[in-house]
Amino acid sequence: MAIAPNTRLAFSPLHRLQWEESQNKYVILYPEGMVELNLPAAETLKLCDGTLTLKEIVLALETQFETSGLWDDIEELVHSALEHGWIRTLS
Amino acid sequence: MAGSEPYPRGNPRWLLAELTYACPLQCPYCSNPIDYAKHSNELSTDDWLRVFTEARAMGAVQLGLSGGEPLIRKDLPELIRHARGLGYYINLITSGYGLSEEKIVALKEAGLDHIQISIQAPEVSLNNYLAGTESFEEKKSVARLIKKHGYPMVLCVVIHRENIHLMQEILEMAEELGADYLELANTQYYGWAHLNRDQLLPNKEQFEQAEAIAQAYKEKVKGRMKIYYVVPDLYEDRPKACMNGWGTTFLTVAPDGMALPCHEARILPGLNCPNVKDMSIREIWEESDAFNRFRNFEWMQEPCKTCPEKTKDFGGCRCQAFLMTGDMNATDPVCSLSPKRSVVKDAIEHAATSAKEPNQKPLVFRNSKNSKLLDG
Repeated sequence: MAIAPNTRLAFSPLHRLQWEESQNKYVILYPEGMVELNLPAAETLKLCDGTLTLKEIVLALETQFETSGLWDDIEELVHSALEHGWIRTLS
Repeated sequence: MAGSEPYPRGNPRWLLAELTYACPLQCPYCSNPIDYAKHSNELSTDDWLRVFTEARAMGAVQLGLSGGEPLIRKDLPELIRHARGLGYYINLITSGYGLSEEKIVALKEAGLDHIQISIQAPEVSLNNYLAGTESFEEKKSVARLIKKHGYPMVLCVVIHRENIHLMQEILEMAEELGADYLELANTQYYGWAHLNRDQLLPNKEQFEQAEAIAQAYKEKVKGRMKIYYVVPDLYEDRPKACMNGWGTTFLTVAPDGMALPCHEARILPGLNCPNVKDMSIREIWEESDAFNRFRNFEWMQEPCKTCPEKTKDFGGCRCQAFLMTGDMNATDPVCSLSPKRSVVKDAIEHAATSAKEPNQKPLVFRNSKNSKLLDG
């Protein structure tokens, strides 16, 4: 199901996103588990702070990486993060 | 060639701190050592703070605070505050018994991330019988308070012959209490559970029925509650990759400071596990004989030695091999290729016979009196 561009996204209060020096990676921590993130996933999830909408997040990333046409990739990533429960939508 | 990969190397990611062996409950499947009463000399607060710091510097990120009952340690908030400052994700693994709302709030403020509580059964009399303590109503109210204060909650139910027929009720209870995760932990037969195996081990039909109920429920609660199912390995035909490989990921520190590659390893003869009072965590992890003992494939016997699956399961569990065959270097007898596989069959048959006896052997409850008695 497509996510509306004006949906605000927030990181889950039941997970923690953290930089791990020893692994040189961002990770998501949750009860008795950990997921290692690649750079695009980490940069996207860091922007899920409850204030930005999906559209604003894509724009911010396009500016950050000096590129365009990221919509499909970011939407797919956000969709998967929602399914995992790492982030949630605010109406 | 399959099976020719080197043994995995890595730093500890998981630190399990068993803060105390003291516990108000008496569960007859407890994984603590049977002779725990003689290891009652607990580490000081400063020792634990140093252990947390040293393990974190090596890359440990998940911290389990367990026991016994970790709530008994008066310095728990101080330990949590220090660990959170270091960047650990902190899991409190508790019975829930004696956890007041005030403490739930204080521990959150100190930086605790998650609380796992255990419930023995979905009804009062069986729960209290298994726990050896009137604790059912309190545990349920503690579960609700944990959710009220915004923690993620894991509800752990250890599964065995006394409660396996209540699988549906267990699942409904977990959903009703708002658990984010339900851990259905089929009993692993170490420690007190090994002692009580004839009274605890269900038969294969009971397992299959319970698993089918749990699998069906998974669909029903998808997106709301995750269900972890710890497989009953005596009914498998390949062993588990115990601890994700000896000395690759996990570090346990027992209440007396003994550092263990897994929380059962104290039973292995001649392993000479080091103590955190004598060595740094780095020395223990990199240099101690105990942590290097099975950190390769050289110790293996046949059929493991030439088996292509040895890089996947590392020969299974050393403690299970020792408990069931008397030889810690043997293939885990759960493996259908093990020459000692018959000990597993015998254990299953023995438990089935025992279940049919009109006067069943009573469960031996985990308490200091029994620990001292069985030690001698």
